[in-house]
This record gives sequence, structure tokens and C-alpha cells, in this order.
Amino acid sequence: MMQARQRDSLFVASVKDSLGGALVAFALACVMVGLKVDVASGRGAELFLEHRWLAVAIAVALVFVVRLGMNMFFWKREDAPSLGLSGFLPKGGLGDGSTNLLKYGMLVLAVALPFALMYYLGSRGSRQYIDLAILVLTYVMLGWGLNIVVGLAGLLDLGYVAFYAVGAYSYALLAHYFGFSFWICLPLAGILAAFWGIILGFPVLRLRGDYLAIVTLAFGEIIRVVLLNWYEFTGGPDGLSGIPRPSFFGLEFTRGEGGFADFFGLKYNSIHRIIFLYYLIFIMAMFTNFVTMRLRRMPIGRAWEALREDEIACRALGINTTNTKLTAFALGAMFGGFAGSFFATRQGFISPESFTFLESAIILAIVVLGGLGSQVGVVIASIVMIGGFEMFREFEEYRMLVFGIIMVVIMVWKPRGLVSSRTPSVALSKNAKGISADLVQEGHG
Amino acid sequence: MSAQQPLLSIRGVETFYGKIQALHGVDLDVYDGEIVTLIGANGAGKSTLMMTVCGTPQARNGSVTYCGEDITYKPTFEIMRTGIAQSPEGRRIFPRMTVLENLMMGGMVAGNEHFEEDLRRAFELFPRLKERQQQRGGTLSGGEQQMLAIARALMSRPRLLLLDEPSLGLAPIIVSQIFEAIAELNRADGLTVFLVEQNAYHALKLAHRGYVMVNGTITMTGTGKELLSREEVKAAYLEGGAH
Repeated sequence: MMQARQRDSLFVASVKDSLGGALVAFALACVMVGLKVDVASGRGAELFLEHRWLAVAIAVALVFVVRLGMNMFFWKREDAPSLGLSGFLPKGGLGDGSTNLLKYGMLVLAVALPFALMYYLGSRGSRQYIDLAILVLTYVMLGWGLNIVVGLAGLLDLGYVAFYAVGAYSYALLAHYFGFSFWICLPLAGILAAFWGIILGFPVLRLRGDYLAIVTLAFGEIIRVVLLNWYEFTGGPDGLSGIPRPSFFGLEFTRGEGGFADFFGLKYNSIHRIIFLYYLIFIMAMFTNFVTMRLRRMPIGRAWEALREDEIACRALGINTTNTKLTAFALGAMFGGFAGSFFATRQGFISPESFTFLESAIILAIVVLGGLGSQVGVVIASIVMIGGFEMFREFEEYRMLVFGIIMVVIMVWKPRGLVSSRTPSVALSKNAKGISADLVQEGHG
Repeated sequence: MSAQQPLLSIRGVETFYGKIQALHGVDLDVYDGEIVTLIGANGAGKSTLMMTVCGTPQARNGSVTYCGEDITYKPTFEIMRTGIAQSPEGRRIFPRMTVLENLMMGGMVAGNEHFEEDLRRAFELFPRLKERQQQRGGTLSGGEQQMLAIARALMSRPRLLLLDEPSLGLAPIIVSQIFEAIAELNRADGLTVFLVEQNAYHALKLAHRGYVMVNGTITMTGTGKELLSREEVKAAYLEGGAH
């Protein structure tokens, strides 16, 4: 009864709000869509006015329907968002229900993406989009890795790209000097990056905030400069080329006998390897996410978050803050290293140019825009930023301008990032482990 | 009581902030099962003494002994694992974490083995926290935050509880509630409490023994009742404050 009434009032409020939205859309569309000034062809430069009322009707209807849908199913607010700037995005961040829906929707989309693209665009047409998707996923993984350091533990790291570089160069050099395969190098690259994370972390983690940021920034640059100048070992500015491609359980993606296509009786197509790479980075990214989500529910993850909140209180509770920070740093670095070795194997060529400060800045921007500590936010921010970056390649000169404007706008509207709500890591529910139901009841004890 | 060895013994402690000396040779004892309070004006060095016990900052001279063991130069996180727990000045709860998560953090070092039991005890002491368990710490009122800070400290099952100004900025009725809870903890659980307070009247009424600190030295000591009746104490700390 109560619920029905609530839904009723939600519907009424949503309709009202959507009508308001449609009205604004109508006012705007009348001028911007309804009237078109055109140059009459054939008669010199004479201008004439064209009316397009159908287009206006479509635009207004679209605004009404979409806004109604958003109000009813996504924003789910008792008072539908008011007009004005704050109404464009839901106030409390994405709610639990819609976040879950979004999560699984994105997951299904990510799994189906290559096949859907192949189906509609063919192998030739879909290649560039799958390539883009791989790039986005690489940044998702990097974002998730950095999210452990910045989002959970609250340590501002401006030199995250250093670990990306360590991972990439670890693989490239191990393959170059010892002929190791990708699958042996992947864990090694992660371990080496984590090792460097600890080496860097040990002296600097007593610093806080701005000071830590500056030191990590310097570290990122040091790694890049060393790679650039150690010509005999790393190839300096020439980089390293001929980095071996990964195999699928020993099957190379080559033409002819013994290759992947031959083994499965498929016709050889270079897109196979691209799709394989797509799923490889997808699995690596999901692994990162899985580990992070698991750790968040464990004492160490909770300690990271507590550390972000109040370091002094952590120490007063007997937490070894140095070790806690180091684990966050090392783990974040390890995932950066994984992503780096993937980058190396995908490109087949690496040089210090790929690991500039701008990369660190982009990864950090993804984490901050997505909402510190939010996994879904990182995905959305990666798609928007990296996808948007590539989509608007033609407007080269304006890219940075638009990029900056978007950042400013998001930070003004949603200062805590796109997904700002934080899910508690522990809840007292009937199926929560170790906590009995009688503690949940109110007014007792 | 004084025949046995003290649980916490502070001897000739001198603590510095850079070149500035904050404590000038402080001696103080806390015996097992006692509530001991340290009162004094702003900037007397009360909190510094409490923090010296915790190891940040460490004493330059003198010694801090707990359970017969010298803990003067141990790192803070190790000291806080020996059965000492602290509710720090300004509460310092974790604002974006829920009440429940805050409490879990308190028992983390002890491994949260008796979490359910300890949680029940905490909710018994402070029923308000139970109502607010899924709320974020930062959304609690000042009094509730103080309750949370104390409850969080208790989650590690300490033997000695250090409380730094639990009455700071709270309404008198909330202060009474919190002091009652402290008395209850001492009476029922035998918890030893070392309480630093500015609210001298409440603190001395509650405590078995008290110390008065002025400019980094202990100037007076005695039972709570004795100190309450002393003219100097009345004049300096209780004038107009007794209610």
C-alpha cells in the first residue's frame, strides 16, 4: 500500500519533471532546430529561412521520454531532479540498484563486444574499434591499479607511469636478452614492478600529501630518463622493437601450419590476434578488479581506507602504517607492471616516449573523475576520456581544450567524481558471516 | 593498592617539541583497576604526556613502563598492541566509514576474534551506536562520535584505556552519559582508565586518584575527593565550573 503510493508519487513527480524538461527543450529547439537559415542554391548568395517542425517535435519527445525513463528507473528519487545545473546528474551518486545494473550491463557488453563488432562491421571494419576497446581496457586496468594507491589508501601518486614502464621494459628486456615468453614474463614483470614500488615506497612513505606527490612525480621522471639514456641496455630513444607476441596456450597467431587458425580449422585472419589481445586485457583487468574488491573486504583493505581517512587514528589503533602503505604501493605497482607488459606485447615496440608524465596525469584524472575508490567510476571515466580522445582525433587542436572543459565541469558538478557513493565493506544482514540476527534488531540492549 | 606494582609507571619524563620543552620530569603511576585523571589548564602538557605514553613524540629523558616492561622507545603501533588502547583527542573517527567499519578497525589488530561479543558489549554501553551502525561516522553528532571513539578503542579488549578529553565540546548531559559509561567499564569489567580532562569537576568526581599539571610538571596529587576539596584546585579549575 505504502509502496504503491510511493511509486505513484514518484511517477507523478517524474512526469512533471519530464514535462518541464520537454518545455525547456522546446524553447531551445524552436530556435536551434526549428529554424534553419540556408543559402538558396542557384541564385547567388540569397538567404532563406526553412522551418523544420517535425525535427522539433522529435527532439522534444526524445527529451521527455528519456528524462522520464531516467527519473523512473535510474535516478529513483522521490523528488525528481529539479531543473537547473544540479539536476543533470543524480545528487547522491548512482544508487545501489542502478550501479549494479550498470556494472552487469557493462560486463555483458564487454564480453560480447568483439563478436558484435565482427558481426556488424566484418573483420576489416571492426579492427579499429577493437583496438580502441583494448586501449580503453588498458586504461581501465591502470585506473584500477592506481585506485588502490590513490582511491583506497589515499596516497597521491603522480608517477604511476613509472611502474607501467618497469612492467613494459621488464618484458621487453627479458624477451630480448633471455628469450622468455610472454606468459613467463607477465608474472615476472608484475613482481619487478612491485619490487620497485617497495624500493620507492620505503624512503618516501613517511611523507604525506603534496610532498609525497612531488617525490613520486620525480621518481616517474627518473625512470623515464634512465630508460632514455642507458643506450646500451634499453636502446635509449630508439626503444626496443621485435617484442614477441603472446601465444594462445602455445599456439602462435601465425599463418600456416601449427598456428592458431590452422589448429582450430579457421581461415587465417589477423583479427584473431586482436580479439585474443582484447580478451587477454579484459581478463587481466577483471583480475585486478576481483583482487581489489576482495581486499577491500579484508582487514588490509579496510586498513587502507582507514589510512586515507585518518593516519593518526590508525596508529592509535595499533596499525603499522608503514607496512600498510607499502602493501598498497606495491600492489598498485604490480598491476601497473602487468598492464605494462601487456602494452609491450601489444605494441611490439616500446620507447621511453610512451611513458611521459602526461600518461600519469591521464590515469590519475581517470581515477579522480571516476570518483576516488569507485571501480565503476574508473570504467566510465576511461571510456569517456580515452574513447573520447580517440573519437575526436580530427579536432586535434581542440582536444586538450575540450578535455580541460570536461574536467572542470565534472569537478564543479560532482566534486567527488562521477560515482561518489561508497559501499560499506561490512553490513549486518542475516547472511553476514559471524554476526547474529539479534544484533540487528532495534531497541534492544 | 599502592603495595603492588603499578600497571603504568611514568618516571622523570621529559618531552620536547624541537627545542621547546613540554614536560619537565613527570612522575605518574596508574595501578591496575584504577581510574586516574590528569587535570590542568590548556597547554599544560596533559595531552603531550598521554601521547608520550603512546610513543609519538617519544620522551627524550625518563621512562614509561607498562606491565613491568619499558615501552619508552617502542614504535606507536607496537605499544598499542600490548593491551593499551586510546581514544585520541578530537575523537578522530573515520568519517567516510560506517560505524560498524569503525568498530571493526578497532579490533583489527587483535584479529576481531571476539568481534560479535565485543560488538554486543559496545552496543550495550552505547545504545545510540547500535541505532547508527550503518551510518557514516562523519554524519554522527559530536557526542555519538565520542562514544564511537571510545567503543572503537574498546574493541581491542585493552587492559588500560587512555582517554584524551572525552568531554570536549559536548553538552553536559552527554558528558554525564559518557562518564557513566567509563565508570561502568571500570566497575563491571575492571578496566583501568587513564583520563586526561579539562572538565575537572566531573573527572575528579569519577576518578579514584587525580594529578594536577601546571606548565609541564605535576603540582598536586591525591584522591579525587581530596583534590575536589582543596582550595587551590577549586580556585583554579572549579570556579564557576561546578554544576
